[in-house]
Amino acid sequence: MKIKLIKNGAIVFPDKKQPLKGDIYLEGDKIKRIDLESDRGKKAKGKATFKKDEVIDATGMLVLPGLIDMHVHLREPGREDCETIATGTMAAAAGGFTAVACMPNTLPPLDNQESVLFVKQRASGCKARVYPIGAVSRGRAGKELADIGEMVKTGAVAITDDGSPVSDAGMMRRALEYAGMFGICVISHAEDMSLSGKGIMNEGYESTRLGMHGIPPFSEEVCIARDLLLCKYIGTPVHIAHVSTKGAVELIRQAKADGVNVTAEVTPHHFTLTDAEIGKGFNTNLKMNPPLRTQEDVEAIIDGLKDGTIDCIASDHAPHAPEDKEVEFDQAPNGIIGLETSLGLVATHLVKPGHLSWNQVAAKMAANPARILRTVGGDLRAGAVADITIVNPKANWTVKVDKFLSKSRNSPYDGWKLQGKVRWTILGGEVSYEG
Amino acid sequence: MTFKRRHLLGLEDLNADELMNILETSKVFREVLDRPIKKVAPLRGLTVANLFFEPSTRTRVSFELAEKRLSADTVTFTAATSSVKKGETLKDTVRNLEAMKIDMVVIRHGSSGAPYFLTRFCSSSVINAGDGQHEHPTQGLLDMYTMWMKYQRIKGLRVVLMGDAKHSRVIRSNIWGLTKLGASVAVCGPPTLLPVGLEKLGVEVYTDVDKALDGADVVNVMRIQLERQQAGLLPSLREYTSLFGITRERLKRLNKNYTIMHPGPINRGIEMSDEIADCGESVILEQVTNGVAVRMAVLYLLAGGEGRKSDED
Repeated sequence: MKIKLIKNGAIVFPDKKQPLKGDIYLEGDKIKRIDLESDRGKKAKGKATFKKDEVIDATGMLVLPGLIDMHVHLREPGREDCETIATGTMAAAAGGFTAVACMPNTLPPLDNQESVLFVKQRASGCKARVYPIGAVSRGRAGKELADIGEMVKTGAVAITDDGSPVSDAGMMRRALEYAGMFGICVISHAEDMSLSGKGIMNEGYESTRLGMHGIPPFSEEVCIARDLLLCKYIGTPVHIAHVSTKGAVELIRQAKADGVNVTAEVTPHHFTLTDAEIGKGFNTNLKMNPPLRTQEDVEAIIDGLKDGTIDCIASDHAPHAPEDKEVEFDQAPNGIIGLETSLGLVATHLVKPGHLSWNQVAAKMAANPARILRTVGGDLRAGAVADITIVNPKANWTVKVDKFLSKSRNSPYDGWKLQGKVRWTILGGEVSYEG
Repeated sequence: MTFKRRHLLGLEDLNADELMNILETSKVFREVLDRPIKKVAPLRGLTVANLFFEPSTRTRVSFELAEKRLSADTVTFTAATSSVKKGETLKDTVRNLEAMKIDMVVIRHGSSGAPYFLTRFCSSSVINAGDGQHEHPTQGLLDMYTMWMKYQRIKGLRVVLMGDAKHSRVIRSNIWGLTKLGASVAVCGPPTLLPVGLEKLGVEVYTDVDKALDGADVVNVMRIQLERQQAGLLPSLREYTSLFGITRERLKRLNKNYTIMHPGPINRGIEMSDEIADCGESVILEQVTNGVAVRMAVLYLLAGGEGRKSDED
């Protein structure tokens, strides 16, 4: 059943300073009009009558543009035991997301037209829009350009070799030059592998204490500096994925001040956890790349979110089967799931302490990803697609990974108490999730 | 004094009283080793599984002897490579062994934190016999015991740990144990083998051997893994020996009544010369003997010490 009215909600426009009370009228899969309380009386709208199940009473709720997670791993094709496009989009809807962009490091990788088409077909009828991101290089091997033009024509919205950096600077240059022809951005997994070496956690006091090979922060920063220089020269937009260090935030801040066409994202785990957690039990759900850093880095990331240096919050949802994670720390794969905890973590750890307003959250989790990937959504205005997320900001809940809709359970947040929960997710005018 | 822990995972976890409890208990078992019949009964009826996922001779034999001298039944599982490479996970390997009703697990593993991982699903007592580059608590304890026996104190001793701090589990256990008991600890090695933030562990850090050795009581020299040179961390072993090798001349900087230690096996001619390894101040073989006593103490305490009741009781 299509929703026709969302009434009495506090509407969170990404470009406003605070939520505004009002009603949103939908027609089909579009927003028909928005009737703000402050405008009432200026012009009569007439009183429409709807059936009970066509109306959502959002009293006490926040109404955001449908959230867009621009960095997820859906594992299909290749590791359907960890996640599929169907289960991943169910998890997305439960997390308040109406769209996700999926990374190309599948098996085989998304490096050609057919594989991108496969994802698009699998995503049809799912609980969230799926935007495939193509590989930069064939086989993600960093040697030859993938069929970027054909992938874009089929629906790829950006390119990246995420999971690995494009180590060869000349290759990155060519990728930027070529991608510029299609107006898409190149997403940089910034890491200098010669500096990361065998590293499995952040290099610092904690890695020394635990006897672990460390990944130094400058492994990320050296690569970001390179990509910023290339971006400045070539002009094609570069988006820096999963920023994790204080130095990286500073580099991006300076580049933006210099007019470089760069955007950046951070993940919830990089602003809620530090490397000090690892020694409390060597939990492999704390192993990710980039690794969890220090409290100083966490603070720098929050500062970057506050001042606009960081444009987006993305989960880097990385599902892994239990048997893959229930091993010794150094042998575990990197990554955690995040679609179903992102909003709660943002609400609890960024909004509640006053670091971000809900309007800034709407920008970083909807409007900015839509702008960077040039997709629909991310906005609440008449004529826009009716992708909407309704949040109860006061709801307290406890993370229970056993209840997740994702196929995987690899989350370090099990048992965490959060405030702020998705109540309804509306995709193209229809409820895709009700919490 | 009773020992309230079920596992020995590292010395960082223990407080000074617990460390002294182990050292004092070791003294009792050290005396047992000098008896004509070197066997007592406190672990009778218990089964200890020794899981060695890394090649090791002295630590494995030392644990096996300690177990046998306490009258435990033992099984030893050695694997040249990790369990994962064999196709079975560590978790499954240990759960299968547990199904055969073992009581204690001694584990040597190449992954830092592997013994901690075991405690999540293992009901047996877990003893860390060396995990990755993290800790080697019984080696740390036997080093401390050897110093304690010679000087009758740990507090106030100045101990220099020489060599590869980046990759050494022995150095970490020495640091935690010695600093908790009041020793002053210095670590010395080439910068490429010193991990970042080492000084935050409460030690002085040196790259100049002569300065490090000034006024020290003990120099505990660590084995240099020959592959460090291949990994590009050392220009050559010859240069390492020239800059960091322990020589007669360098020993002059130590206090009188100094002690030379080494957890073994020694690369003779690289970390130290034959002459130094076998000199009167060297307690390297004493460390080996003490290792059995310390491991007997650890097994005994984790099994419940005097409070352990057998079926016959």
